[in-house]
Amino acid sequence: MPEIETHSYDVLVIGAGGAGLRAAIAARQEGLSVGIVCKSLFGKAHTVMAEGGAAASMGNVNPHDNWMVHFRDTMRGGKFLNSWRMAELHAKEAPDRVWELETYGALFDRTPEGKISQRNFGGHEYPRLAHVGDRTGLELIRTMQQKIVSLQQDDARAAGQQTGASHDKLRVFAETTITELLRDESGAVAGAFGYRREDGGLLVFRAPAVIIATGGIGKSFKVTSNSWEYTGDGHALALRAGSSLINMEFVQFHPTGMVWPPSVKGILVTESVRGDGGVLRNSEGKRFMFDYVPDVFRDQYAKTEDEGDRWYTDPDNNKRPPELLPRDEVARAINSEVKAGRGSPHGGVFLDIASRRSKEFILRRLPSMHHQFMELADVDITREPMEVGPTCHYVMGGIEVDPDTGAAARVPGLFAAGESSGGMHGSNRLGGNSLSDLLVFGRRAGLGAAEYVKGLGGNRPAVPEAQVAAAEQVALAPLQRTEGENPYALHAELQQTMNDLVGIIRNADEMQQALDRLDTLKGRAQHLAAAGDRRFNPGWHLALDLRNMLAVSECVARAALLRQESRGGHTRDDFPAMRAEWRAKNLVCTYPEGGGGHVEIVEQPMVPMREDLLALFEKKELAKYLTDAELATIPETHGGDK
Amino acid sequence: MTYDAHFRVWRGDADGGDLQDFTVEVNEGEVVLDIIHRLQATQANDLAVRWNCKAGKCGSCSAEINGRPRLMCMTRMSNFTEDETVTVTPMRTFPVMKDLVTDVSFNYVKAEQIPAFAPPEGVAPGEYRMAQVDVQRSQEFRKCIECFMCQNVCHVIRDHEENKEAFAGPRFFIRAAELDMHPLDAGTDRAEFARDAQGVGMCNITKCCTEVCPEHIKITDNAIIPMKERVVDRRYDPLTILARKVRGKK
Repeated sequence: MPEIETHSYDVLVIGAGGAGLRAAIAARQEGLSVGIVCKSLFGKAHTVMAEGGAAASMGNVNPHDNWMVHFRDTMRGGKFLNSWRMAELHAKEAPDRVWELETYGALFDRTPEGKISQRNFGGHEYPRLAHVGDRTGLELIRTMQQKIVSLQQDDARAAGQQTGASHDKLRVFAETTITELLRDESGAVAGAFGYRREDGGLLVFRAPAVIIATGGIGKSFKVTSNSWEYTGDGHALALRAGSSLINMEFVQFHPTGMVWPPSVKGILVTESVRGDGGVLRNSEGKRFMFDYVPDVFRDQYAKTEDEGDRWYTDPDNNKRPPELLPRDEVARAINSEVKAGRGSPHGGVFLDIASRRSKEFILRRLPSMHHQFMELADVDITREPMEVGPTCHYVMGGIEVDPDTGAAARVPGLFAAGESSGGMHGSNRLGGNSLSDLLVFGRRAGLGAAEYVKGLGGNRPAVPEAQVAAAEQVALAPLQRTEGENPYALHAELQQTMNDLVGIIRNADEMQQALDRLDTLKGRAQHLAAAGDRRFNPGWHLALDLRNMLAVSECVARAALLRQESRGGHTRDDFPAMRAEWRAKNLVCTYPEGGGGHVEIVEQPMVPMREDLLALFEKKELAKYLTDAELATIPETHGGDK
Repeated sequence: MTYDAHFRVWRGDADGGDLQDFTVEVNEGEVVLDIIHRLQATQANDLAVRWNCKAGKCGSCSAEINGRPRLMCMTRMSNFTEDETVTVTPMRTFPVMKDLVTDVSFNYVKAEQIPAFAPPEGVAPGEYRMAQVDVQRSQEFRKCIECFMCQNVCHVIRDHEENKEAFAGPRFFIRAAELDMHPLDAGTDRAEFARDAQGVGMCNITKCCTEVCPEHIKITDNAIIPMKERVVDRRYDPLTILARKVRGKK
């Protein structure tokens, strides 16, 4: 094998999903050279799986919508644990980011006036999701993939090349995995180390700024909508490099995953089915969601089926049906129905759109759902209900970042955006807020990194050779063991552990058990052995990914054990209530130096919300979330939707 | 419902390889990709295969199953009888990297040659107005998940390496058509480009690409034929020829 290949860029982006590509576009447009590294082929990132749409208060369908309404919905969805600054930036900038995509060539569905159409979704007061049928994520990825190519074409023209694209200042390293971040003596980012999947060749990237946009952690769970790539790489890279993770106890279980046949268990069924009129029923045929509207949302949802049904055509005079509550509420309700013995034959509940909308409507609005159920489950959703149940979908927790620039805590030169960053969604993400999140904060991280690099002048951190040598040793170790643990078997045990013990409903005993098992698995992971050689060897790749999955799983389990309340994507049957004193703090995970690779967690007070944002809520509503001490400072006549 | 199936999977690399026999468990509702994963986990840890979403949305797991190009994640095992041998080989049009993984860089090179969408001048972001009926034509082509199976089955390049230089393939004809039909694209003439730079003339309309498309895009009828017709209209229409002569253009 030849020696280690080296590349130098101003900015290195890890991950080529929506956030990574948007960050790369921003950094390149600032004049910097950018390398993009991704584990799959270019254009295959998990973003393509996003179905429903991108939330942006453009007001195209309901003119009452604006950023303040979107902000309120986002904070409510996250049960007020959100970084309010991120929620503010997101709500304000999302429309511009969506419109910008049209200038790259995106083709969203249209309103009769020719504007971008917007659809209803859980937790959003107005129709807000820009969409393309139920394949919006694919449109985002393809649009930005093509924008990257167009920037490369611009570079080629600038260099006098008549056709084609130049990779000199913007290059995608597809099927390449980063295993370690490299830092100089001061702790600042100096680059990253990784390998190419095709031939196992080792790579060093020299870059003073690294943007992590690696997505989520779902592959630590058995039932998940996430692809193989979602192994928490960015989370773990940041942790090992000395940065911190917040909100890791909050994992979103999407209420509607497929439950049958077994091999497709967990594959996503878009929330658009409910946004477009689908309802949830138990085995008795009852629309059970009416029994599960929590107090905090009681005033905002319909009390009868008739009112809920009227809302689809007359939203100004009726309240929305409870099938469109935020995801955490719906997932818990489904879980309870199944536990009470009112589930469907294969352990889910029924999602019915067939009896409520015409065949033509369903085929036009939900073509890929129709295709997916027809092909994989022999179910025609225009004629019969689907069987659905919760599936691990999204991690609210992630790298602690500065809201405005995406700069990661504690490590100069490190940035993060998208699902791998934390704070924006609080304890629960609203559907549709992810695609807009990655556009808004992908761009901000790209700009933040560009500003940082420009500020360095010529003083770029040097890559310490010892770190490269150490990273090489760790990366090659599983190939050098002829006997040891099978990575596939260890992965299956990890997934079962997280699914059974740190899943949708949690308690202290089970999480303690999970931590004990994780400890054992971590020990065994020291002896992972990969058969075969370095060329495109998935067993080897999985062995390296497992280190990250174990680190992230430990964060989830430890943080979940500490947080003694139920909120959003964290439900404890031993602490079933939401507790205001817990809203006021984040749990921050770090790997302390010399801590033997164990996660340490400290409590960190939340920054109090800015007054003008606080004024967007009535005191009556704030009382559901804030502590008495916080409320005491707010006058009775305060704020609200006037 | 569980049974043992006989699988033959091509294993090897650019230097050669062969079909290897496996006996492997199959359960109710499974797809071919599940079986390949089971092989990987239990019998061939380093078996190379691409996959991502396992739901027919990313287009990563294209292969040839019993000689037919398919997405492995969308091919139910119930398509086969229990005693039928299932043979899985890599896509043939692209060079093998290892096992079921091929080098599809040809497609990325072709993508880089297509002039990008050009935003209309004087229309600010947020001011784009397009009718659904107009965007729908291009939207059909934007359903493409880049599984590259249309490229794989295209006769022009499947057995003719020498044609790859001059021929972009169905995936990129629909890209050109998509831009051509985009209501607001201010770019170059896409039909001319398809003729001059993409080699659309080499397509002899056998519709193999349309048949194999997992997204059911009508590649031939809705993209290739209209593009060919537009080229012909412009090249051979007497009025256009006259206009070209008057303006002194070729």
